[in-house]
Amino acid sequence: MIQVKHLSKAYGDLLVVKDLSFNLVPGEILGFLGPNGAGKSTTMKMLTGFLTPTSGEISIWGHRLPEESLLAQSRIGYLPEGAPCYEEMTPAGFLAFIAEVRGYSGSDATAAVDRAIDTMSLGSVLHQKIETLSKGYKRRVGLAQAILHEPEILILDEPTDGLDPNQKHQVREMIKGLSKEKIVIISTHILEEVTAVCNRVMVLAAGRIVSDSTPADLLAKSSFRDAISLSFQGEQIPNEAVTLLGELNGVKNVMVTADSLVIFPSPGQVNLLADIYESARAHGWQLSSIHVEKGRLDDVFRSLTEGVAA
Amino acid sequence: MSRILRTILKRELQSYFSTAIAYVFILIFLVLSGLFTFYIGSFYERQQADLAPFFTFHPWLYLFLIPAIAMRIWSEERKSGSIELLLTLPIARRHLVLGKFLAAWLFAGIALLLTFPLWLTVNYLGDPDNGVILASYIGSWLMAGGFIAIGSCMSALTKSQVIAFVLCSFVCLLFVMAGFPLVLNAFKGWVPLVVLDTLASLSFLTHFAAVSKGVLSLQDFLFFVSVILVWLGASSIILDIKKGG
Ligand SMILES: Nc1ncnc2c1ncn2[C@@H]1O[C@H](COP(=O)(O)OP(=O)(O)OP(=O)(O)O)[C@@H](O)[C@H]1O
Ligand SMILES: [Mg+2]
Repeated sequence: MIQVKHLSKAYGDLLVVKDLSFNLVPGEILGFLGPNGAGKSTTMKMLTGFLTPTSGEISIWGHRLPEESLLAQSRIGYLPEGAPCYEEMTPAGFLAFIAEVRGYSGSDATAAVDRAIDTMSLGSVLHQKIETLSKGYKRRVGLAQAILHEPEILILDEPTDGLDPNQKHQVREMIKGLSKEKIVIISTHILEEVTAVCNRVMVLAAGRIVSDSTPADLLAKSSFRDAISLSFQGEQIPNEAVTLLGELNGVKNVMVTADSLVIFPSPGQVNLLADIYESARAHGWQLSSIHVEKGRLDDVFRSLTEGVAA
Repeated sequence: MSRILRTILKRELQSYFSTAIAYVFILIFLVLSGLFTFYIGSFYERQQADLAPFFTFHPWLYLFLIPAIAMRIWSEERKSGSIELLLTLPIARRHLVLGKFLAAWLFAGIALLLTFPLWLTVNYLGDPDNGVILASYIGSWLMAGGFIAIGSCMSALTKSQVIAFVLCSFVCLLFVMAGFPLVLNAFKGWVPLVVLDTLASLSFLTHFAAVSKGVLSLQDFLFFVSVILVWLGASSIILDIKKGG
């Protein structure tokens, strides 16, 4: 259980995290979203006891920071931004060091290290110096370090940045596969990641929480929610379609994008799909697809964060 | 020694030897101590079987060699960002500071031990008092510890190893020179006598002078130990204040 009350952080005169309050309970997988400089990393640094808050309180499973930071830190696995490591070490040596620090010894240590190596598929680079690893492999070493002691709280700052699609998938599966007793916080700029793994999303802008909800509720805020997208064969959108559909009963407005025509219904409209389909048939437009949008996160993200003053 | 302390000590010591630093340092240390002893220290001309010329130069040798190993203690971690990893692991601050210090100190000890051919030489040439030599070795190692503790503190201040090196050399120079007539004269007359005495008593040179002659008094021993503890304490405080950079 994580409790955060009125958390703020200032660098000199610059206030970068402003009065955050929230609680997290086991089973919650929280996605931190927000533009560059919103304060995501700074917040994570305070939760892990690296930075001392300017004001406010943090308690990690009942352990207050900074007084009981060692107790709190032993329950946290943390991947700092950019996955810093001891570059002159090999993954094998580095993970063995982490295991020792985390209190493992003997065969327990070997088992913990092997499990982390296995989860992050590091087998092929174990004895290569970390400084010579590719960016994605470095990130995987950082992740392996974070999950090694099977922590109750996992805090990952941009965990999938730089990973190949297979590894992205594997990391997401790993997070989803964690037991319901754990708390996970991830920050990311990949919006689909939030819908793929999180059950709670917090959007930060200029150091404040501007939204805190489930991914589904966030999607529902999208102006694209329930809009109907049409794409045409040959990707040519007939001008006639734009005009006629725009004048159709129950249509609020239409939008032409690079490869599709998006039709926004007036509020309370239900039968639009059938009408549009009828029109298309009557005029002989060659549709290649037609679907109802669930909403677009990038659209919500923009409307929530654009123009929020620092 | 606690388990965690050993873990940190081991990792740090390994990291010295996994880069070229260790070998370059040891090589330069050995070459310079040889040069100083035989040429500048007139080892042969003195016609005495002891290592006094060797030890006399140690404060000056340490002045730029010790900062070279101490500068990386924290600066490197700040630069690479690994400090964020290290400080979010459940490790008590004192273990961290002490572990890193001990690794550097042990490393300096290893370099010091590798000067044993000099010891063999004097024993071959004459009949030195080996008790005196042992006391001098211990004293010199203690002094190296003082330099390293200062270096640890300077290194905690900045993520630039170059700045850490310069700061460390400078502060060490102050401590070496504190007992110099040149320095003391500059203060004489306008500062109270207590301050002058305190200044003189802080000098590494004063405390090391007896040591290099083979007299390791409890007072000198305690002096170097307290220098180490005070500067390590300061390192720990600076780390707390300057965590984020
Ligand atoms: N050491 C520091 N000194 C001064 N300002 C800092 C420092 N570290 C971070 N900041 C400022 O704090 C603000 C928040 O930074 P933070 O790294 O938390 O953002 P973020 O949300 O993680 O952004 P990104 O998406 O780019 O990772 C930024 O404006 C940044 O410039
Ligand atoms: Mg960040």
